[in-house]
Amino acid sequence: MFGPLICKPGASRSNKTGPWRTEFRPKFLKKNCIACNMCLIVCPEACISSQPLALSDGKGALSGQGKNTYDFDPDYCKGCGICAAVCPKQDIEMIKEDPALQKG
Amino acid sequence: MSKTLFNSGHTACAGCGQSMAARLVVDAAGPNTIVVNNTGCLEVFSTKYPESSWGVPWIHSLFENGAAVASGVESAIKYLGKADTINVIAQGGDGGTADIGLQALSGMLERGHNILYVCFDNEAYENTGIQRSGLTPYGANTTTTPPGAGAKSMGNIRYKKPMPEIANAHGIPYVATASAGFPQDLQRKVKKAISIKGPKYIQVHSPCPLGWRHETSFTIEVAKLAVETGLYPLIEYEFGMISSRRQIIPKPVEEYLKVQGRFKHLFKLPEEIKKIQEIADNNIKKYGLKVEG
Repeated sequence: MFGPLICKPGASRSNKTGPWRTEFRPKFLKKNCIACNMCLIVCPEACISSQPLALSDGKGALSGQGKNTYDFDPDYCKGCGICAAVCPKQDIEMIKEDPALQKG
Repeated sequence: MSKTLFNSGHTACAGCGQSMAARLVVDAAGPNTIVVNNTGCLEVFSTKYPESSWGVPWIHSLFENGAAVASGVESAIKYLGKADTINVIAQGGDGGTADIGLQALSGMLERGHNILYVCFDNEAYENTGIQRSGLTPYGANTTTTPPGAGAKSMGNIRYKKPMPEIANAHGIPYVATASAGFPQDLQRKVKKAISIKGPKYIQVHSPCPLGWRHETSFTIEVAKLAVETGLYPLIEYEFGMISSRRQIIPKPVEEYLKVQGRFKHLFKLPEEIKKIQEIADNNIKKYGLKVEG
């Protein structure tokens, strides 16, 4: 085989999809968050994270640790609004996208 | 950024149910996994050359032979004596599973390979421009089954192929249907399937905002409504017998149809909606979905 046919795992992270947002971006209000983890689970872009927990073990959701620490990565968010739709506490709002803030 | 084996930066549409489901499946399976992909949306948007979203070894060959390639991979790791430590997942869309890849899938199930086959069912060939597939539901508007004037054309005239039952008829240890609307349930089924030796089949209902013409934020809601109306029963079969089902308090099918543009034309044809209600009622009766008492 010639050339680099095999790319590195997760190399798609170099492809910033943030500029795909045309209308809305999520705003994490960080007031009533109960750390249920739903926004993180359902994000199709895998661009929601929380601090300072280890997320893979799911313990944060049970103990309520990491409340109000959830946020999204504007480099990858496509603005679909699923996180705001599933949030049981309506703690995520979709706000008008500001072209000046758009990164990517 | 959360730790995941399916990374950001893929080129799926905003609100894609399939990219969500694919991440849930591979994260549930864990890092000791080899993924074999049929051609389809998932293959195209997750591996835009020269990038890959996958954090596990991943291979794509053709539209129809994901199951056959996975059979070879599984045989090779068995020969190397690593069969107990590495999971093999073959996956494809509904077209690559129920139409084009059915022969390879049937062969894989029949030969008894230790592989989990996951079908991401978005109910049409969405990647090539929303053509009807064998898993497109009755009445749906696709580019090859467009609704027309009056009763002359009302969308897809054929019923959804009963893929889980076809897989189950092979007498394999585990068959399940899951939904992107119930992510924890989906991950539980994947973990359970991987713990079982032999061929396994899981079909995941994955909403497509582009093809189903619903709002991108409705992805989870639409998937939930499909289950709650009885149109997409969540069932598990073990060795041919139903071992569990998700029971529901049935909602009328209109609630599921009205949020999607692909069923919009049906609201001028009430008798067709009645037929879809019949499909849901039959499912509820057949699988005992209704909550008792």
